[in-house]
Amino acid sequence: MSWLSPSDWQAVVLSLKVAGWATLLSLPPGLFVAYALARWRFPGRSLVNGLVHLPLILPPVVTGYLLLIGFAPNGVIGAALAKIGVTVAFSWRGAALAAGIMAFPLMVRAIRLAIEAVDPKLEQAASTLGASRIASFATITLPLILPGILAGSITAFAKAMGEFGATITFVSNIPGQTQTLPLAIYSQLQVPGGEADAARLVVISVTLALGALLVSEWLARRIAARIAGHN
Amino acid sequence: MLEISLSHRLPALDLDVNFTAPEGVTALFGPSGAGKTTVVNAVAGLLRPDRGRIVVNGEVLLDTEAGICLRPHKRRIGYVFQDARLFPHLSVKSNLLYGQRFNKTKTAPEFDRIIDMLGLGALLERRPAALSGGEKSRVALGRAILSNPRMLLMDEPLAALDAARKAEILPYIERLRDEVKLPILYVSHAPAEVARLATSIALIETGRLRGFGPAREILSDPTLAPALGQREAGAVISGRVMEQEADGLARIETAGGPVLLPYPAGQPGQSLRLRIHAGDVTLAVGHPEGLSALNILPVTVAELRPAGPPSVYVRLKMGDEHLLARLTTRSVEALRLTEGMACHAIIKAMSVASEDVG
Repeated sequence: MSWLSPSDWQAVVLSLKVAGWATLLSLPPGLFVAYALARWRFPGRSLVNGLVHLPLILPPVVTGYLLLIGFAPNGVIGAALAKIGVTVAFSWRGAALAAGIMAFPLMVRAIRLAIEAVDPKLEQAASTLGASRIASFATITLPLILPGILAGSITAFAKAMGEFGATITFVSNIPGQTQTLPLAIYSQLQVPGGEADAARLVVISVTLALGALLVSEWLARRIAARIAGHN
Repeated sequence: MLEISLSHRLPALDLDVNFTAPEGVTALFGPSGAGKTTVVNAVAGLLRPDRGRIVVNGEVLLDTEAGICLRPHKRRIGYVFQDARLFPHLSVKSNLLYGQRFNKTKTAPEFDRIIDMLGLGALLERRPAALSGGEKSRVALGRAILSNPRMLLMDEPLAALDAARKAEILPYIERLRDEVKLPILYVSHAPAEVARLATSIALIETGRLRGFGPAREILSDPTLAPALGQREAGAVISGRVMEQEADGLARIETAGGPVLLPYPAGQPGQSLRLRIHAGDVTLAVGHPEGLSALNILPVTVAELRPAGPPSVYVRLKMGDEHLLARLTTRSVEALRLTEGMACHAIIKAMSVASEDVG
């Protein structure tokens, strides 16, 4: 891909890395929170639901600000992380964190809908056959919600790839460090006559997003067909 | 042996039942909303009652006073749900073997024998979505048995099926009762099913036990007959197939002598149960002559129990078994029936439906 400049290329690779980690790290808590919201009735459930959805309705710059306050080296969480030698602020890890948090509601939503579509009576049946809670989740619910997990992950990945506001507020716009695709496009547009350079990155952005969508649709169809038994 | 003592308050029901069931099939019988499913769910551990004690073959599954409440997966109670609840993403075979993944005991029911008994051989590779209602019920039954349970719970396993499918499954459950010898707690509100399957009957109404005892006693008890439903009340007698006669009638030996049925009832020597509806029994004081009815059995009046102004339930002793007849008060007075009196019970062969024989 010689038509990409080294700095373009850097932004693409960084974006994939940031979005990949963001998706990977938000999957386990996403699964847990989705299950809790779908199946358990506990005090503070609406509060948890609200918190999860907060990044979706807050201005991204506010989310970025809150992350900055919390994770800066002198922030509450940032100081604790610094003690174990992890810095998040102004690094790609911070970009992944911001992207993960922004994508989290989409992930939880998709998985939660999938869990709610599985009849809890199936888990009851599994328990009467000797399966513990964990075993019945792993052998019954998990395979049945696989399409939902996949859909949630891909949407989260696409959202993470496109995250802009929280990222630039939290970890700034450092080429090679935190400058993901959207940030690179933004930077190029700040340079007079930079529209042509930006266009290349825009094409890549669109291609990656469309590709992710198509792959997820195809995988979800295959999994759904396998579960329904029409393979 | 199954010892159940439960007390539980639900918004719409105050449940308080207490019985000890012997071996065999115990039917929990009663109208919808009486609390039958609540009892079964408590035995399975899917519901934790306010107070109670459940002991299966000496093993305490629940004792709220002692603070014992085993989790469902530790109870080894096979549960056949009304809606089958097969796992849609697994093949029939994987569904059937699901319980064995968690089976910690060394012994396991013989897969091939159960598959054979339930006629599942041709279905193993299919998915639940590709099964008929009756097939789903059989797979659910097999799955519960193959999990090597100490007892089986069946919550109206036939309620969702049409009459033909019911007739298809009932013999399998009978074979289960007679061959596998698992204690079974069977929930139903269909007297025909209960009459065919039950060893004991627990009659439940609005959360209370109205009657409990051997199936024969409960079904021929005139005081309980109204609870079974006026149209449905009827005693069960046991019989043995003697021969198939040339004109199509089957001759069945019973405690009161031979009974003729208008259809093949099985191989000679086979034991079966006959349910005789109380409304189908006619009484005659002398031996009737010139009558089209084929079955005239000598009986003695054991009990007369008025059931509202126009009718009386009459329990009739026939050898060591009982019939139940429902007559008008006027007829009872005209015949001057009294307890201990000998008379004849008349049963039209044509009135005995094939679903009441098995």
